[in-house]
Amino acid sequence: MPDAVATRRRGRVYVTKSVAPYLFLLPFMALFVAFLIAPLCYAFGLSLFKTTMVAGTQFVGAANYLKVFTDPSFWDGVVLLFKFGLMQIPIMLGLALLYALILDSGRVYGRNFFRIAFFIPYAVPSVIAALLWGYLYGPSFGPFGQLAEFFHLPKPQFLLDGTILGSIANIAVWEFMGYNLIIYFAALQAIPQDLEEASSVDGATGLQYALRIKLPLIMPTVIVTIIFSIIGTLQLFSEPYLMRNLAPGIINSHYTPNFYAYTLAFTNQQYNYSAAVSFVLGGVVAVVSYVFMLLANRRAA
Amino acid sequence: MAIVSKTANSASFRNSRRWLTVALALYFIYTFIPIFYVIVSSTKSNADLFGTFGLWFSGDFHFWQNLQDLFTYQDGIFSRWLLNTILYSVVSGVGAALFATFAGYAFSKFEFVGKKLSFALVLGAVMIPQTALVIPIFLLLSKVGLVNTPWAVILPSLVFPPGVFLMKVYADDALSNELIEAGRVDGAGEVHIFFNIAFRLLTPGFATVLILAFVATWNNYFLPLVLLNSSDNFPVTVGLSQWYALATSGSGGAVLFSIVMAGSLVSIVPVIAAFLIMQRYWQGGLGAGGVKA
Repeated sequence: MPDAVATRRRGRVYVTKSVAPYLFLLPFMALFVAFLIAPLCYAFGLSLFKTTMVAGTQFVGAANYLKVFTDPSFWDGVVLLFKFGLMQIPIMLGLALLYALILDSGRVYGRNFFRIAFFIPYAVPSVIAALLWGYLYGPSFGPFGQLAEFFHLPKPQFLLDGTILGSIANIAVWEFMGYNLIIYFAALQAIPQDLEEASSVDGATGLQYALRIKLPLIMPTVIVTIIFSIIGTLQLFSEPYLMRNLAPGIINSHYTPNFYAYTLAFTNQQYNYSAAVSFVLGGVVAVVSYVFMLLANRRAA
Repeated sequence: MAIVSKTANSASFRNSRRWLTVALALYFIYTFIPIFYVIVSSTKSNADLFGTFGLWFSGDFHFWQNLQDLFTYQDGIFSRWLLNTILYSVVSGVGAALFATFAGYAFSKFEFVGKKLSFALVLGAVMIPQTALVIPIFLLLSKVGLVNTPWAVILPSLVFPPGVFLMKVYADDALSNELIEAGRVDGAGEVHIFFNIAFRLLTPGFATVLILAFVATWNNYFLPLVLLNSSDNFPVTVGLSQWYALATSGSGGAVLFSIVMAGSLVSIVPVIAAFLIMQRYWQGGLGAGGVKA
């Protein structure tokens, strides 16, 4: 074993197979525990206490959680996100799937160009995306308002009570459609080529092939992206936070649950209650994802 | 192949190809409206920003003036923000990718006690809402005096669970057990095997995680918003959003609009460039994660 001897001579430690996995996991796991597990445990601890000027910090058990369950500021946000998600996720993923199938069909010009171009918004920070769309939505100086004025049409109102949720949903669609499209496209490219030849011999059209063979084959990928979209939606924060000045009075400080938790912690200094709000939100995320997975599995079975 | 070439020449194929390309072009226009808007707007003076049509250039080319304003406003703090963003993203990106590669390799090639549980924990981590983590991280780090330092952003950003998942999948595919076994038969230690045999084959996966973690930190907003409070430590996202809030609050900050536009353009160009240069990696990497999941 000349190599091992040489390694030892150079003063390095000879790591055996039984120790190695722990060594390789150590840096990640140490940080994982420090910045994920520990904060979670700490937050859970916090959520069981209450701090008041008079009594100081007291153990209150589940009292904060009971308060969250009847707190309209929290549930209004959750209901809003359900509306948002039911609108935004199907549109975003439906378009991503449609465009991935079109790109994959081989019946387009400039496939590589479009594939890369569609991904560009993912590189734009959500803050910048919100800010740019915020300008575009502006009734007086936004280009859509300007165009309407030029043609003497009623100005589109993107920032009113009835429309702003759709306007924020549009920002999210813009940001993440390309990302999902790339994932679908990669899954479609992994489908063996001979399947297409076989179906073409059987007389199937391109459209039939796409809908009856390709689509079911990438369904597992679609389900994963739906779950990630649900998780992302329930955490909505940056876009409404950035746009709060554009629609004051509509986007309030508890517009989404994350916004509410942020306000509770950093405006009201209610860290304990904020922690409980975050945990209940985490519970909502877990329950919704789990229910969706059950439904998806039942349909697949 | 004969079948494919026959259909490729038919009139209906050419027709559908034309219409499908039109459909793609429509989406392309939608994708590029905000990008085009920021390019156009960054060439305009503040007066033209409000006084001329938003989606076309005005006569007055104000781009260099805007850039100069951007880098001199408030004693040139924007360049500080830019350097902070680069520092946070590069250190977090490289560190996160390296640690994810180590961990993914361990999960892929070794059997050990607690493997299933720890991998399940890593996967489950994506479910946790950001506030549930960031607020307690803020409280914990303030106890040890790390709040409002670069570490407050860098350390939490080094934990990138999707990277571990991606690297495990990648190592399953790209790295044969026989190769590692051959190294062991030759008497090489595990660290030697990793760095001299395995890492070379894992490089494309490493590059994928590197760019994803880099972009995640570059674009992050909530974490630095909470953990930093002095303007000197801000990354571009937090700094620009403050200027934007000032501009939209109506309290005399309107002059900031053209500066915010120039700043937005400057802050997205490096990330887009990184994606274009490294497209081979993220396309393959996102695919691997998506297909296997």
